[in-house]
Amino acid sequence: MDIKLKVDASGLSCPLPILRATQGMKTIAPGELMEVVATDPGSVKDMAAWAGSTGHTLVEQDSANGKFRFVLRHK
Amino acid sequence: MSAVELAPAAEVASEGAAKTKKICIIAYSGELEPTWASMIIASTAAAMDMEVSIFVTFWGFGALVKDSKRLPGKNLMQRMLSVMQRPGISHRKLSKMNFMGMGPWMMFQLAKKYNVSKPKDLLGMCQELGVKIYPCQMTMDLFGLNKEDLIDGLEEPVGAATMLMLATEADSTLFI
Repeated sequence: MDIKLKVDASGLSCPLPILRATQGMKTIAPGELMEVVATDPGSVKDMAAWAGSTGHTLVEQDSANGKFRFVLRHK
Repeated sequence: MSAVELAPAAEVASEGAAKTKKICIIAYSGELEPTWASMIIASTAAAMDMEVSIFVTFWGFGALVKDSKRLPGKNLMQRMLSVMQRPGISHRKLSKMNFMGMGPWMMFQLAKKYNVSKPKDLLGMCQELGVKIYPCQMTMDLFGLNKEDLIDGLEEPVGAATMLMLATEADSTLFI
């Protein structure tokens, strides 16, 4: 998978992971992938809600060692 | 015949799904916590591609006056208000346990420790993401505020009628 941009939102509280993701999406082109890593447990539901609202696609999502990883495709 | 009649309805439904959601926030309170809440909700809504308008009225102006303005107001009573509660988004008091500024200081220490954005940073984010902030003209008159006293990047001051139009056109309106 060709990830164009990696955003590290580790340690950041709500709503910063979402705001960082928004800023990141502005720098990549439609169809490109962005990876966001967060430690905020609330970001699991929030990232899905954000993707649903903006129209970007949540392609992949997993968690390990208290880190939540999201791969999103720019709409 | 009925299929022909259904077609426009289906179009309307798909248009409805793609329609941008609108949020209206009436920022009435001036303390730290409600200001913080307004800023979190507004910045997140804008990040979610919603159209956000904030109508700022009464004590909400504490967050709109520049941090550097110490005593805005045109007469003694208006200036006294500024003495009693220092304006500026970085100088908001807690609604409880303010303890002469100890409360907010502790709150900001905690925010730093847990990487929570301060209201001022979130306000910057709101402006970056195109949140429209409308100052209430009547409150500006009441408090003796000029446009120069307020932060940059605001919409033209408006009244209750505009606020009601924003609120009734929005999908959700919050009075904070």
